[in-house]
Order: sequence, then C-alpha cells, then structure tokens
Amino acid sequence: MDLNTVWFVLVTVLFIGFFLLEGFDYGVGILLPFLGKDDTDRRVIINTIGPVWDGNEVWLITAGGAIFAAFPQWYATMFSGFYLALVLMLLALIGRGVGFEFRSKDRNPTWRALWDWLIFAGSLVPALLWGVAFGNLVRGVPIDANMQYVGSFWTLLNPYALLDGLAFVAIFGLHGAIFLSLKTKGELAERAHKAAMRFWLPAVVLIFAYVIASYFATDMFTRLGINPGPIPLGAGVALLATGWFIRQRHHGWAFVMTSLTIALSTITVTMGLYPRVMVSSLNPDWSLTIYNASSSPYTLRVMTIVALIFVPIVLLYQGWSYWIFRKRIGREDVLEY
Amino acid sequence: MDALAVARLQFAITTVYHFFFVPLTVGLGILVALMETLYVLRGDEVYKRMTKFWGKLFVINFAMGVVTGIVMEFQFGMNWSEYARFVGDIFGVPLAIEALLAFFLESTFLGIWIFGWDRVPKGVHAAAIWLVAIGSVFSAFWILVANSFMQEPVGYVLSNGRAEMVDFGALVTSLHVWIQFPHVLFAGVTTAGFFVLGISAYHLVKKSRGQEVFRRSFQMAVVYALAGSVLVGLIGHTQGQYLHEVQPMKLAAAEALWNTEQPASFSIFTLGDLSGKKEVFSIRIPGVVSLLTCNNLTCEVKGINDLQAEFVQKYGPGDYVPFLPITYWSFRAMVGSGLLMILLAGISLYLVLAGKMGQYPKFMKLLLWAIPLPYLANSNGWLLAEVGRQPWVVYGLMKTADGVSQVVSPGTMLFSLLTFTLVYGALMVVDIYLLAKYARKGVTEEEGESPQVSLTGGAVLEGEV
Repeated sequence: MDLNTVWFVLVTVLFIGFFLLEGFDYGVGILLPFLGKDDTDRRVIINTIGPVWDGNEVWLITAGGAIFAAFPQWYATMFSGFYLALVLMLLALIGRGVGFEFRSKDRNPTWRALWDWLIFAGSLVPALLWGVAFGNLVRGVPIDANMQYVGSFWTLLNPYALLDGLAFVAIFGLHGAIFLSLKTKGELAERAHKAAMRFWLPAVVLIFAYVIASYFATDMFTRLGINPGPIPLGAGVALLATGWFIRQRHHGWAFVMTSLTIALSTITVTMGLYPRVMVSSLNPDWSLTIYNASSSPYTLRVMTIVALIFVPIVLLYQGWSYWIFRKRIGREDVLEY
Repeated sequence: MDALAVARLQFAITTVYHFFFVPLTVGLGILVALMETLYVLRGDEVYKRMTKFWGKLFVINFAMGVVTGIVMEFQFGMNWSEYARFVGDIFGVPLAIEALLAFFLESTFLGIWIFGWDRVPKGVHAAAIWLVAIGSVFSAFWILVANSFMQEPVGYVLSNGRAEMVDFGALVTSLHVWIQFPHVLFAGVTTAGFFVLGISAYHLVKKSRGQEVFRRSFQMAVVYALAGSVLVGLIGHTQGQYLHEVQPMKLAAAEALWNTEQPASFSIFTLGDLSGKKEVFSIRIPGVVSLLTCNNLTCEVKGINDLQAEFVQKYGPGDYVPFLPITYWSFRAMVGSGLLMILLAGISLYLVLAGKMGQYPKFMKLLLWAIPLPYLANSNGWLLAEVGRQPWVVYGLMKTADGVSQVVSPGTMLFSLLTFTLVYGALMVVDIYLLAKYARKGVTEEEGESPQVSLTGGAVLEGEV
C-alpha cells in the first residue's frame, strides 16, 4: 500500500470516528426538544454528552487538518467550492458549541430556550450538511481542469445529495436515541427507547432509498459490482439488526449495530470513491484523486509517523474518558451543564 | 470591495477575535493548574475554591476559543484556497498535528476536569487540568510553527508549482518559532495575570465573601503578571532584533523609518498622509532604534525607501511597503500597553510585599480597568505581525493577492463576512455578560468561607452552579 492510500484510509478512519461519536452527539441535540419535557430533563440530556462532545468534535477538526496536510488540493477545492454550505455549518457548530457551555449559566427561561434551539439547529444542520457533502463527493460536482469547483451553492442541493443528507439525519437520530436510552434513567430512558423505535424505520427506508438512488446517480455499482462484498452488506444487516435489538431492549447491542452501520457505510462510500476523493461531473479525468491532490511523499511520510504514534494514544485516553463517565445520568445528579 | 479585500478583512476580524480568547486559555489554564496542584499538595480548601472560581471563568472563555478556532481552520480553504494549494504540503502539517496533539488533549481532559470532580481521585483531577494547560501550550506552539513559515519560510523547496517540505526538523527548530512562541506564551501568562489581578482586586476592595480566595489569587497573579509582562517585553525586544535580519521591512514600517539611517532614530510621534505612504510630521529621538535593534547607538537600520528599491530589484516591480498607519500605531499600542502593564504589575508586587494591598483602593480599582490592556497588546501584536508582512502571505514566496480563492465571488464572501461579524459581535456581548456575571458574583456559598456543605448536592445545585 502506498502512502497516498494509507492517508486515504486514515482520513476514512478519522471520518468514521467523527460520524460514530459526533453522530450520537448530533442525534442527542436533534432529540433535545422532543425528549426533554422540562428544563431538568433537557439538562440531563445535554449532560449525557457534556464531558465528551468537544473531544468528539475534534475528530472533525483532525479530519479537516489531515485532509489539508495530506491532500491539500482536495482541501482547497472542497472548502472553497462548498463555501456557503460550510458557512452554514460553521454557524451551526458555533451556536451548538457555546450553547452547551452557556445554556445553564443563566436561569432566564428565554435564555435557555434560545440556546436549546441553537443546540437543536446546530446539531441538525451539520448532520444534514455532512450527508449532502458526502453525497456530492460521490455523485460528482462540476470541477474543471484546474481543480476548481465551478458550480454554485444550489448545485450541491440536488435531490440525491439531499436524500443522503436526510439519511444522515435519520441514522444519527437513531444512534443518538439509542445512546440516550443507554445513558439516562427512568422515564427519560423510556422516551429515548420509544424515539429509537420511531427512528428506526425511517432510517432503514432512507438509507435503502439512498442505496437505490446511488445506483442511478453514481458509479458506485459499476465499481463495486452487484455483489459488493461483506462491508456494504454488513452495513445493511447491522441496520436491520438494530431494529431487532431495540425491540428486545438490548440497547447496548443496538448501539453496537448503529455504530457498525455508520462505520461500514462510511467505508462503503470511500470504497466507491477510491482512489478518487472528489469526482468531477464534467470530465472523469478532472476528478481529484489521492495522487493528483496529494502532498509530497516526504510530507506524507512525516504525517504517517505522527499519526502512527498519536492516534493510538488519543484512542486510549478518549476511551478512558468514556469509561470514567460510563454511568447513567438522572435528574438527581449534579448537572454541570 | 473585491474578494481580496473582503477575505483580508474577514481574516483580520476572525483572527483577532479568536485571539481574544486564546491567550487567556493558555495563561489561565496553567494558573488554575497551579492552584489545584497547591490544593492537592497542601489539602487547603482555599486553593480548591480558587480553582473552582477561576476554573469557571476559564471554561466560559475556553468555549469561545474552541468555536472560533474551527472557523480559522476552515477559512484557509474557504477564502484562501490558492494559498492552501501552494503551502498545504507544509502548512497543513502543523495544523493537523495541532489537532491531533493539542485539541484532543485539551478537549478530552477538560471534559474530565469539568465533570469529574467527584468521579476521579484528586490527583488525577489536577493532572487533567495540567493536560488541558499543556494541550493549549502545544496548540500555541504548532500554530506558531505554521505562522513562522509564513513569516520566514524554511525547510522547503519550490517544485510542482508549490512549496514542498523537505525538512520537517527545520520547521520546528526555526529560530522564528522559538522567538515567537515564548513571546505568545508569555503574552498568555500576562493576560491571565491581569485578568486574575483585576477581578481579585475588585473583590478585595468590595470585601466580598471569600477574601482569602482573592487575597491569594491576587498574590499569585502579581508574580504571574509581572514575570509574564517582563518576559514578553524582553523576548519582544529580541524579536525586534531578529526582524532586523529576516523582515527588515516590517521593522522599518513599525518605526516609520523612511530613509536608511545610521544611527537610526526612534519616532515618538509620526503622522503620515492618508495613503500611509508619506511622512508629514515626525518627532524623533536619534540613535534609539539603533540601540533597540543592535544594542548599540551607531548601527545602520535600513529605511522603507531603500528596502522598496531592493525588493523591486529582487522580486520585480510592485509595492512592497505594508500599510504604515497600522504597523506604526499597532507597534506603539503593543509596546505602550506592555510597558504600562510592567509598571502596574510592579506597583502591585510592591503593595503585596509591603502588605499595603488594603491601603490603596483607588489603585486596586484601577487594576480592574487594566484588564483590557493585555488584550490591546495581543491584538496589536498580531496586527503588526500580519500587516507588517504584507504584501506577502508567505514572505518572499507568495503574495497575499495570489492566495485568495478564485471561485468564491466577492458577494458570497461579503455575505460570510457580515454574518460572522454579526454573530461574533453578539457572542462577544454574551461572553462578556457571562464572564462579568460570574466574576462579579465571586465565590458562591458552596465554595465560600464555610466548610464544604455536602448536603447541597443534586437538585439544589441546579441552575447557576
């Protein structure tokens, strides 16, 4: 495996980490107004992700940094091309981030309602936009011979990408609901369980619709074949199994299954892309690949060494922090947020 | 406005804004870690109350630093994609390392610190805030490695139409980094010093609950602020001398030194015409700039006109003079507030040593109003560093005008500029409201003079904890 491929895999790993972890954070944020019947409930909900959301978001920041370092042309084309979408995403992430920190620092109900709303919107919008972005990476966007994006904001909002966006929202909502049923107690946990039941079917429908749409809108199927192998199939099976586990109230297993769905789907998408990172809809030769968009071999080597040393360390201490906060949270607990 | 102007304005606004929060995070993180270490070592509850009180303000400030930091990372690609293409091979590396080494460390352990008071042993809890502090210092280091490359490119070759890294070691050992990094680090220490000094002084004068908390905070902050401001000044002086070698134009522009002088004079007050290109009036002290740049009264310091001619010869026709009104006045604002801070910290130290803190309430109140000083110095420092490098985005390699994104229309950029400015403005109001609220409230019942009331767990603590 050449270093370009190693970095393609590493970026995929970073996105899997991001979607797995921020996935339930976004889901929790999206569910906040629906599951939180009163202020204490809402605080409990926010506190389930309180100690970890910021660390989870760093997966995104690291993925961004890794793309910049390993594939600067990809970084430059995507970030300048998806401009308005990213402005929206940044605003959402800002509102959500300070929302967690600020909402309980004042008693005023309007103050709290405002931040709650920002946490909700700030979780929904990025979930949707990441789906739209990934859909467009695979479907292809107008990229010219000079690696410049020549479409507009509206080019991104095609039905296929929007469907992908909705699928992301659904799976993150499901993932978040299961997470909440694992992390809360009593009535709230019951409501989270019901939400998971309710989210499952739409998630299945949207994701399978997305798979079918991919058949028409992208070259995924010609590339992966009719029998795509264990990874995409595994994603589908895990998603179906999720429903069964929720019904059986095995929330731990259900969470493992949504995690598998997210991880395997992400791998499927990147398998469909490889070795491209952004498909050009104008001319296949103008697509950005891990070769024409990459950094120099020297830089990739330096980055590989850094990643091999530090990614395991990060995984260790982040895992440890999840261990520390493994307990369920109830209304009677001290709520920091 | 064209895209370039909008992109530059947006970069200036988002960077200066982001840097309102970063120095306090760096400096206060270390200070809170010191407080908690004292608590762990001595078991003295006062230190715990100090840790909790300042920790709360630290956390509010930290959140703002995080959310405005993401904008910075995205912006290089959004507004400056040609720049990103040109330097990504080098510039992306410290950014990625910063995320991997620093951001994970900071955010994960801050989570443990905020939520872990009752969940991890005391020593581990103190270690968590140390790791947050170390993370923020790492973060400062790596972003300055990135910035230093823009100021003084090293360890690269030009090939494939871009700058490619050939020596990672040269990047991290660049003298520019090792001068800029401590300068920024101690600016952070100074910021936190004055922040704690001002708020403690306010409570000491007001005789609020928890006098001991604020007395000890004041004492710690005095040492911190004085050491920080003196060191930042000394390193800044070294930095000026170093600029003389690597970016003489920035130095000349900071001094509004139009013609090469030997010995070079120091301008106390210079007015230029509106274009910033011509001197109208100036009061100067002979020899002082020579003294500052070479430690003697006689050396030659090159002036703007000669440097411009030199650059035209080297890089082709063009305007190589940065916008003087900003370089000149930002330099003076930075150094001026720095000197004032050394003076204030010195007086404060005298009051502590002489045991006279209670006798000069007016001075103590003044310290509250001195909190903006480090912020003024920090912002102006960056204005000088970045504006003084113009017209280059990477010194000698790429002009700022060539770095801006080609596919983003000026209207789109303007929309983003206005949106971010409005949102940032609103957030600033909220942030200052919260900081002031919690700073003014002082230590709460829970953290107050009385021994820890363990009965107040749970729902009673709900709300403004």
